[in-house]
Amino acid sequence: MSEKKIIIEVKNLKKEYDLGEVKVHALRGINLQIKEGEFVAIMGTSGSGKSTMLNILGCLDRPSSGEYIIDGVPMNDLNKNELAGLRNTKLGFVFQSYNLLSRTTALENVELPLFYNPKIRAKERRERAIAALEAVGLADRMHHMPNQLSGGQQQRVAIARSLVNDPVVILADEATGNLDTRTSYEIMSLFQKLNEEGKTIVFVTHEPDIARFTSRQVIFRDGHVISKDLVKDRLSAAKMLAELPVEEDF
Amino acid sequence: MNYLNTFKIALTAIRRNKLRAFLTMLGIIIGVASVIAMLAMGEGSKSYIKNQMSGLGTNLVMIMPGAEAHGPVRSSGTSKLEMSDLEAIARNQYVAAISPLVQSSAQVVYGNNNWSTSIYGVTQEYLPIKNLVIGSGRVFTEKELHALEKVCIIGQKVATELFTQGEDPLGKTIRVKNTPFKVIGVLPDKGTASMGQDQNDVIIAPYTTVQRRLLSIDYIQGINLSVTDDKDSEAAVAEFKQILRREHKIKEGDDDDFNIMSQSEMISTVSTVIDALKYLLGAIAGISLLVGGIGIMNIMFVSVTERTREIGLRMSVGGRGNDILMQFLIEAAVLSVLGGIIGILIGYLLATFAGSMLGVEALVRPYSVVLSFSVCVGIGLFFGWYPARKAANLNPIDAIRYE
Repeated sequence: MSEKKIIIEVKNLKKEYDLGEVKVHALRGINLQIKEGEFVAIMGTSGSGKSTMLNILGCLDRPSSGEYIIDGVPMNDLNKNELAGLRNTKLGFVFQSYNLLSRTTALENVELPLFYNPKIRAKERRERAIAALEAVGLADRMHHMPNQLSGGQQQRVAIARSLVNDPVVILADEATGNLDTRTSYEIMSLFQKLNEEGKTIVFVTHEPDIARFTSRQVIFRDGHVISKDLVKDRLSAAKMLAELPVEEDF
Repeated sequence: MNYLNTFKIALTAIRRNKLRAFLTMLGIIIGVASVIAMLAMGEGSKSYIKNQMSGLGTNLVMIMPGAEAHGPVRSSGTSKLEMSDLEAIARNQYVAAISPLVQSSAQVVYGNNNWSTSIYGVTQEYLPIKNLVIGSGRVFTEKELHALEKVCIIGQKVATELFTQGEDPLGKTIRVKNTPFKVIGVLPDKGTASMGQDQNDVIIAPYTTVQRRLLSIDYIQGINLSVTDDKDSEAAVAEFKQILRREHKIKEGDDDDFNIMSQSEMISTVSTVIDALKYLLGAIAGISLLVGGIGIMNIMFVSVTERTREIGLRMSVGGRGNDILMQFLIEAAVLSVLGGIIGILIGYLLATFAGSMLGVEALVRPYSVVLSFSVCVGIGLFFGWYPARKAANLNPIDAIRYE
């Protein structure tokens, strides 16, 4: 693995929130490296700092101190607009509650990030969105509105949206949190498939059994990383899915 | 930034909320429509009244005795106009036609019918001055004028009121204040009343006859004249003033004891009044435009709050603050411009409809269209700015998790 490119490098990262009288230390000096092609789970209870970490990794928030280099770009030097540009070209987000635009077709939802990239023309935008939807297996639902799709399908549209700009890393925030077990497994098997195709994925979750589908677990507690070991008994979501008893409503 | 994309995004957002977009636009539509309609009606009435007054002759100048009113006290009692004044003015180069005027209200009787009207004592030149032509019969002659003949020309209204059986008035004798007058001419229909005076409700007779036989006076009550060219009326009025001051031996610095009014001056006075009215109505309508603008701001605020998560999402996928600002600004501008265009159309229809009901041609001037259109764009940008600013300044982390 050592010959692989380092996508994310975090050095002594600290984040404090100033709430007037008290200072909340959300992150107390994080050091972390994520290499290309990794599937990293960020684990931890609420208040452990994992959400703060994800916000900073996603260039939505700035650290109080420390360094964060993404794909060779130190984000500390960038202004607000440059950060937006970084999110647009290097990052893909998947949220717990899908965050699809209502009354907007799946295809248009997937196209959204490319709208903010002036270099991409309408034709290419459409082609890439179709390709992304095909990659998540929703080519036949392209013109459906979110309310015509199941939760799992909506999340797959969201994943397609995170793929469409060909990011260096996909950041998923509790992406299976709203889904039942079977659909969770479906989504995880999709993530595993994307990872096998070479995508780097950072997956925030608090469910240990979901984290077992990833290749490495980074566990946060009280603003520190307490472990960042590889997953030894990694599970295949596709296999688990096949073993699930078939229910009537499917 | 890619403005075309931002524009598309804004349009899509409006399309997704058609009913709300329409309701938001309604305020603007009503505002613009009423501004357009009010201004069009104002313009229409102005040109209507102008036409009506021009029908009386735009080069008409009227001279009346008595000073202009200064406060409540009027000192008109002693001043008079004489035929010598008229003769002095008649020699002036600007005068095309000139006629003295003596006037009396009169009860006229024919058979069992009687009618209360006004009788004007004038010379033959009065008719061209007032743009009058004889419908049937003839004008009185110079000889009849000198001989104080009791002949008269009657207007349509007088003819229909007196000759109810439909007989031909020509040659009949009517009694004006108990003096018999022979009808020698009838004026054609001059149209409806204008400026509170029915032009059909008159009797015209030689001034000598009215002066001596009806009023028993030897002065005249006014002078009507037409100037050769209405462009000269201002200069002409100034000269007439000098002539009359000389005739009346008015000392330098003293007030005139007469009053000269030209028709073109009256037209411009009336136009000013109508313009003032028009702008007043337009301004009242403009207030509804302002209310419409506030409606846009209100809806944009609701929209920003309601779409907080969308804004957060757009930011997280790479939308910059400016992109978000432009999106909402364009949305507001599109709403108000679209509302403006619909408003202009409805205002036009409204003005045309109201115009045809009132018998006034509504005139939609380009300036009113340009004005209300640019006000719409301005309102959209002005009232859209604050909500758009709010959207652009949202923190993406808070926005994306907003419930």
